[in-house]
Amino acid sequence: MTKEEKYNIAKWAMEHALKSGADAARVSIYNSNNSTVEVREEKIDKLEEANRNNMRINLYVENKYSSISTNRINNKEELGRFIEEAIAGTRYLSEDEFRTLPDPDLYYKGGGEDLKTVDTGFENLDPQQKIDQAFAIEKEILGKDERIISVTSTYRDGLSGSVMVASNGFEGDRENSSYSLVASVSVNDGDSRPQGYWYESSIFHGELPKEGVGTQALRRALDKLGQKKIESGSMPMIVENRLAGRALDPLISALNGSSIQQKNSFLIDMKGEQIGSELMTIVDDPFIVSGRGSRLFDSEGLATRKRNIVEAGILRNYFIDTYYGKKLEMEPTSGETTNLVFKPGELDLQGLIASIDRGILVTGFNGGNSNGSTGDFSYGIEGFLVENGKLTQPVSEMNITGNFKQVWKELIAVGNDVYTGSSWRLPSLVFDNISFSGI
Amino acid sequence: MILSRRNFIKTGSAAAAGTMIIPPLLSSCQNLQISPDVKSYLDHFEVTPQMLQKVIAAAMSKGGDYADLFFEHKISNTLGLEDGKVNQAYSNVDYGMGVRVLKGDQTGFAYTETISLNDMLKVATTAASIASDPVTFNQGDLMEKNHPNYYQISKLWEDASVEEKVPYVQKLNDRVFELDDKVTKVRAFLSDETGYVMFYNSEGLLTYDYRPMASLAALCVMESDGQIENAYSARAYRKGVEFLDDALIEELAQEAIERTNFLFGAGKPRAGEMPVVLGAGGSGILLHEAMGHAFEADFNRKGTSIFSDKMGKSVAREFINILEDGTMENNRGSINVDDEGNDVKKIYLVKDGNLESYIHDRISAGFYGVDPTGNGRRQSFRHVPLPRMRITYMEPGPHTTDDIVANVDYGVYVDNFTNGQVNIGAGDFTFFVKSGYLIENGKLTMPIKDINIIGNGPQALADITMAAGDYKIDNGTWTCGKSGQSVPVSMGLPTVLVSKLTVGGTSV
Repeated sequence: MTKEEKYNIAKWAMEHALKSGADAARVSIYNSNNSTVEVREEKIDKLEEANRNNMRINLYVENKYSSISTNRINNKEELGRFIEEAIAGTRYLSEDEFRTLPDPDLYYKGGGEDLKTVDTGFENLDPQQKIDQAFAIEKEILGKDERIISVTSTYRDGLSGSVMVASNGFEGDRENSSYSLVASVSVNDGDSRPQGYWYESSIFHGELPKEGVGTQALRRALDKLGQKKIESGSMPMIVENRLAGRALDPLISALNGSSIQQKNSFLIDMKGEQIGSELMTIVDDPFIVSGRGSRLFDSEGLATRKRNIVEAGILRNYFIDTYYGKKLEMEPTSGETTNLVFKPGELDLQGLIASIDRGILVTGFNGGNSNGSTGDFSYGIEGFLVENGKLTQPVSEMNITGNFKQVWKELIAVGNDVYTGSSWRLPSLVFDNISFSGI
Repeated sequence: MILSRRNFIKTGSAAAAGTMIIPPLLSSCQNLQISPDVKSYLDHFEVTPQMLQKVIAAAMSKGGDYADLFFEHKISNTLGLEDGKVNQAYSNVDYGMGVRVLKGDQTGFAYTETISLNDMLKVATTAASIASDPVTFNQGDLMEKNHPNYYQISKLWEDASVEEKVPYVQKLNDRVFELDDKVTKVRAFLSDETGYVMFYNSEGLLTYDYRPMASLAALCVMESDGQIENAYSARAYRKGVEFLDDALIEELAQEAIERTNFLFGAGKPRAGEMPVVLGAGGSGILLHEAMGHAFEADFNRKGTSIFSDKMGKSVAREFINILEDGTMENNRGSINVDDEGNDVKKIYLVKDGNLESYIHDRISAGFYGVDPTGNGRRQSFRHVPLPRMRITYMEPGPHTTDDIVANVDYGVYVDNFTNGQVNIGAGDFTFFVKSGYLIENGKLTMPIKDINIIGNGPQALADITMAAGDYKIDNGTWTCGKSGQSVPVSMGLPTVLVSKLTVGGTSV
């Protein structure tokens, strides 16, 4: 579907909703094309093609609200009936005075710079090239070590686009592309078969690394040989940059308007207060050129803004959408993160490791969860014991347990190795006094 | 592999996809009558047997060994309550068909969201390209296959109006508030889903299924002396509107209150290895994570599972029998036919302590030369089938719960979980305990909460030293994730003792 076609159908659906009794409506149409090539034992194991369309309509009817979606958007007669029935059903709900479209003054009104989030050559890529890239990764691994049991390497790409229109005057569209290479290697270690995994991704095909993904996955698998749990104890924890999101995610969830209003947050009434150590500075920056989370407007159409979230440990901003903004009597900011950028420190990962006498470098999480209301958490981990600044023993089958209200205050070092392949741009982080359970 | 209860706590309404407002939505489609015969399914998807055969021929045109077509139409609805009112509704309609072609163990797959002959031929040609030796395909005779119905229902969700459903959600909220004056917030969600699937393969097999699903959940927040705690209760079944009754509302309200109240006095055990007693029911998560996934034969076929060379060998004490079933009446994990057209079987994974069977899809059953077990499942027409669990449980054992607890000097008793995960190769599995008790000198003492437990699958299975007679199935909203695909499952367990697992907690 072209962008114009999407706009036409979206506007038609919006008009139809208004004609059929809705007081206001917002319509989004989303589409994506994805392909996957998975390779095993020098053969293609799986070839997949996926083309997806979806329409979502938010309906506001006499202060009542519903949201409907369908992938059957080609037949206007059917779509029209779907909307009419939804409006009729919405009338049976209770009124909710807080549920409205955003204040039009806050909408993005065009004129933003090109954030370069799409590869314009996406459609022209030769399918054979995708297959060759998947085989190239496998080639880096096969025959390199006699303990290798199984290798799976994958090429994936995707192009997605959306348009959105709202009846109080919003129109916007965006497009994103992504390419990724993934390798997964299992190796024999007596009774155990540890797995190493690595991936690289990019917005532009030309920026996808030509080599290294396979080698890195194999190295990570071999590094796990001899994994075991060690004795329980309290000690520093280094979290690798790509995994640091696991430590940050519950905190960002606790800053969400919905969590705060529903009392499922351990950071209620903490704006302006110290929630982390002075090393903790986080900015939400929607305007990074070719950032994975870059956008000019959010999912409600609100114009995005660069905002300080945490400054030297002090909480500066929540994530508030229109609905919870009204309920909480707070100004809406945006209910979502864009590029969440953590201010880097001085040392690289090696330097961070070298600075620790005894601790654990976490290179994988395994399950676990946290309690949104209290901040309590407990997660399974694997990684390496650090002794006198060196990795001495791969560890696994251990838990970390604590509370996020304390843990961020124990942030004692931040790496300079910000990972830019994700919308959350995080460096490796070091926390003191983490409770590890093992033997 | 990730298992979780549908996470109402974190996602709430924002992520709830799809609620249908006014049934019957199907009046939006060209074919109103869906009767349990194949003609009505063909009509529903606007296809004829001749069209199916043409598409299969295109799928097999490049020399594939096998091909199948999977048609699906799914309508889902959620009613949500927040701040005392049923004030949000979500509906989703999903429709399309996927074409899969196998060449040995290799898979080609593509799908379309519009079902015309041309669209289907196009995706069939894409999927066919996994093979590269053009041959003439000899079409088999079309065979219609009927199957048992494990989810009889008395009233279809299509026949229930929003007006009829709203009062139950409201009642659940009101009852939770009534039961305890510490309650400050309640969220409640009622979801129903109606799925129509139709399947045709290159062997000529034509079959279909009608798949209902219903779930109701309450999330309760309480405040006491400045402390805030939350917990939730949920039930899910393949049932129709008869799912909704006052007894269900009362059960969920009581459970939400009990579970939340429990957390106020709760603390943490000390960190480290200790005996773990798993209470009957949801503790079946132990089986799902510690062994279930590792028994899935795609991992074993590739040699990546820690159980890859254990078939026929002793893996547990001889009183232990672990089953995989998909035939329990109205159970969330039941299916009448799997997503590859195979009969759904009840199989022993572990019998008298010996590893008896893996969990198979078509590819792995072919690889191992065994009959399919009816475990080939897919999330939707957009996905390829994989070996997946349905209902995983352990039969009752010879001990009593009292004896089991009395056996522990220092350990934990756990019976309420939110999620689990496993690393297939290393065998490390985890499950997150929402609440339980410390055991000291053979007695339950301090309540505990929010701790992760981690162990090694084969080791934990071997370390189940006692099992009681109180086997129970947990009917929560369990959803199992694997390779990016979610499917509904359930699980069960009698009270068991695992002599040693690593428990999260405080350390000095």
